[in-house]
Amino acid sequence: MTLLDRKGPPTTGRPPSTRDLLTRGDIRRTVTDRVMTGVITGAFLVALVPLVSVSWTVLSNGIGRLSPYFFSVSMRGVFGGMDAGGIYHAILGTVLITAVATLISVPVGLMAAIYLVEYGRGPLARAVTFFVDVMTGIPSIVAGLFAYALFAAIFGPGVRFGVVGSVALSVLMIPVVVRSSEEMLRLVPNELREAAYALGVPKWLTIVKVVLRTAVAGIGTGIMLAVARVIGETAPLLITVGVIDSINRNVFEGRMMTLPVYVFRQYSQGLVPCAPDAVDCIATVNFDRAWAAALTLILIVMLLNLLARLISRYFAPKAGR
Amino acid sequence: MAQRIDVTDLNIYYGAFHAVADVTMAIEPRSVTAFIGPSGCGKSTYLRTLNRMHEVIPGARVEGKVTMDAVDLYAPEIDPVAVRRQVGMVFQRPNPFPTMSISENVLAGVRLNNRRISRSDAHDLVESSLRGANLWNEVKDRLDRPGSSLSGGQQQRLCIARAIAVKPQVLLMDEPCSALDPISTLAIEDLIAELKDSYTIVIVTHNMQQAARVSDRTAFFNIAGTGKPGRLIEMDDTRTMFSTPTDRATEDYISGRFG
Amino acid sequence: MSIARQAGAPASPPPAPGPSRPVRRVRHGLGGRVFAGLATSAGATILVILAAVAVFLVIRAWPALTSSPEELADGVSWFPEGTTLAGFVGPLIFGTLLAALLALLLAVPVAIGIALFISHYAPRRLASPLGYVIDLLAAIPSVVYGLWGATWLAPRLFPLWDWLGRNLGFVPFFEGPASSPPRVVMTVGVVLAVMILPIITAVTREVFLQTPRLHEEAALALGATRWEMVRMAVLPFGRSGVISASMLGLGRALGETMAVLMILGPGFTYSLALLQVGRHQTIAANIANQFPEANPLGVSTLIATGLVLFVITLAVNMGARWVISRRAEFSGAN
Repeated sequence: MTLLDRKGPPTTGRPPSTRDLLTRGDIRRTVTDRVMTGVITGAFLVALVPLVSVSWTVLSNGIGRLSPYFFSVSMRGVFGGMDAGGIYHAILGTVLITAVATLISVPVGLMAAIYLVEYGRGPLARAVTFFVDVMTGIPSIVAGLFAYALFAAIFGPGVRFGVVGSVALSVLMIPVVVRSSEEMLRLVPNELREAAYALGVPKWLTIVKVVLRTAVAGIGTGIMLAVARVIGETAPLLITVGVIDSINRNVFEGRMMTLPVYVFRQYSQGLVPCAPDAVDCIATVNFDRAWAAALTLILIVMLLNLLARLISRYFAPKAGR
Repeated sequence: MAQRIDVTDLNIYYGAFHAVADVTMAIEPRSVTAFIGPSGCGKSTYLRTLNRMHEVIPGARVEGKVTMDAVDLYAPEIDPVAVRRQVGMVFQRPNPFPTMSISENVLAGVRLNNRRISRSDAHDLVESSLRGANLWNEVKDRLDRPGSSLSGGQQQRLCIARAIAVKPQVLLMDEPCSALDPISTLAIEDLIAELKDSYTIVIVTHNMQQAARVSDRTAFFNIAGTGKPGRLIEMDDTRTMFSTPTDRATEDYISGRFG
Repeated sequence: MSIARQAGAPASPPPAPGPSRPVRRVRHGLGGRVFAGLATSAGATILVILAAVAVFLVIRAWPALTSSPEELADGVSWFPEGTTLAGFVGPLIFGTLLAALLALLLAVPVAIGIALFISHYAPRRLASPLGYVIDLLAAIPSVVYGLWGATWLAPRLFPLWDWLGRNLGFVPFFEGPASSPPRVVMTVGVVLAVMILPIITAVTREVFLQTPRLHEEAALALGATRWEMVRMAVLPFGRSGVISASMLGLGRALGETMAVLMILGPGFTYSLALLQVGRHQTIAANIANQFPEANPLGVSTLIATGLVLFVITLAVNMGARWVISRRAEFSGAN
């Protein structure tokens, strides 16, 4: 044992042996470490509770009503506790409105990303970068109010049709598209650009033919994820597109139903007061339809996410490095 | 407070990769032992097994025996956290905690075991540790400034002060001067010479002059080729190693023919 | 950031000195000019949209902003008598902040735990799959959370709220009796917490993963346990990241509409009683609730409240970005 020039533990009166020093961990510290490991693992498990529970409740409550019939009819003429009605009109509305929103957002978002990556210099680029971030934080209901206010200024108050909703969704979608595209464009190695310049290809053609070509998979993935994000938006559509029970294929005129709004609408109609002797009356039919529509919506979102992953996996340029 | 370390038939693996093979050596207390060898020969890896720091890397494992004062560091009842407390370490790049002040950095290790250290004791410990690291005179007026405000060489000495503040038995240094300028390097080397009176010091270095200047014993590691494990080629008194090495590879390396 | 920008910028062709000028000289052709013009105007469009959001909201809110309290009370069926617009929006702001802060309070500790679990406790190769699992929570639309919260979660939370009301009722927040069904702000807070968990976790996790190995090893080499290493190296390093992540989460919670609308039994007071129904309402949920049936002046009033929400979220988000950018400068200096 070496000489210890400091005081040993007072309890023993002699300096602790090396074995003691190496085996005797401080109990308090060991316990704290164990407890925190438990707490941190617990936090992760706690987060799984809502995930599992949401998935399970939506699946178990919604699956019963899913049928080809449910997908192929609207709610026209359906009332009370009738065991009828479907979500065809809502799916149609969601697809059309989201498609128009994508048509607006992708060109603007992609070009803005190109501007930031390839041309952006000085205060304008800095402002765009900053405000794209700010735009990401706009509450969806405010985007809805904006779209309404914009179109109300042109068509007068009370305006409600599909494109208004698309504009609202675009406000939410554009910043997402800009961010993800920007990230992808920055990943394109500079050597590629230089190689094209060296061949005398003008800058804009280089961007179109080389840079975009290289980044296309990543951009596609980003767009898919952006669509998946806005397709579940409810509040802005509730106030800009409204609700309707029948099919409307025209995004430029009249209210449209969308899937998320449908879920809300069915939920808020609540239980049906059925007469005790009624045969064709299901008290919970509105909730059943809400769950089924919610399940459809989640499936669509998951499908889009899956698609996004597939795009990035199969269409990504083979990494050379 | 310095212990000898004995290593017997040590093999180190990263997953399936055999990094270091069959090392047996004795590290004498109160002396400086230097590990030299070409890059990738496993000398740093080996150093990290002496305080069980290699375990931090996933997949790393060890076979063989490392004993300190006849206690096997890899015995099941040994607490790796306690091992690291007894075997301090200084890294290649100075790494003071950026969010802590100079004195907090010195006390960082001590506070783990003794949370309620009194103000005056803490101050005394900061002063003695910083004096021990030859840094006190340079920083005594700015103990509350962040550790990252110091120069690279000062930061490295702060890290040494932090390591000796917990009063370890052994001090491991993994190329402590490779990120420093020559003047800072000299300061650290002087410090090592002083510290060896109270600690067992093991230093990995790329710089053979440094090994020759600071160490009492030198171990030469080499590697047969990429993918092969590193091995201890020979170990002897530094003077002998640098004048009359027994192995041909040692001579070639020391005379700068490869490495 | 500037480094990334430079890396993304094409290097100059041979005859040009200086970093960025030659780019201009290359694009002689019409196509080049048109393309550059398109890209620049797309960038500018972002600014225009944001400005337009502010301008149109103000224009539409103007009638309500300039109306007297009497006009509002007469013209809008749900506008309370004898209050100004500010007096109307005050409880809504209170309710919005209350619900959002409650969500934040519940979500941040859990998010930090999850982030630490993914970054420092689970095996490294599980980090990205586990992160993906948490990200799945973000993929669930808010209306589904509303449906789930109102029908599945709320009844299961009631016993807990009831217990809190009975045993901790002396704390103003838990003043009993707990309402049943628990369409109360506390339930809303829990659902909002779940909804903002993924964003906070994602940002925090990234920051924790970036903790320099040097500092982690420094802590371990001093004889720190894993938790002590986290406290010495990871948490101090990630602190500003956690702050900005929380603010991003707060921004989300402030603007969340559907979950609140579907769960909360609304009321317009400054009550702190989290377990009682009919005390609180948020700006966003109130808009969604009243908008479909509102007359022009009512719409204008709602848009005025929306303007307030816009300003609050803008301030919170800009604050978050400011913290992030300061952090970027800080780490860049090291």
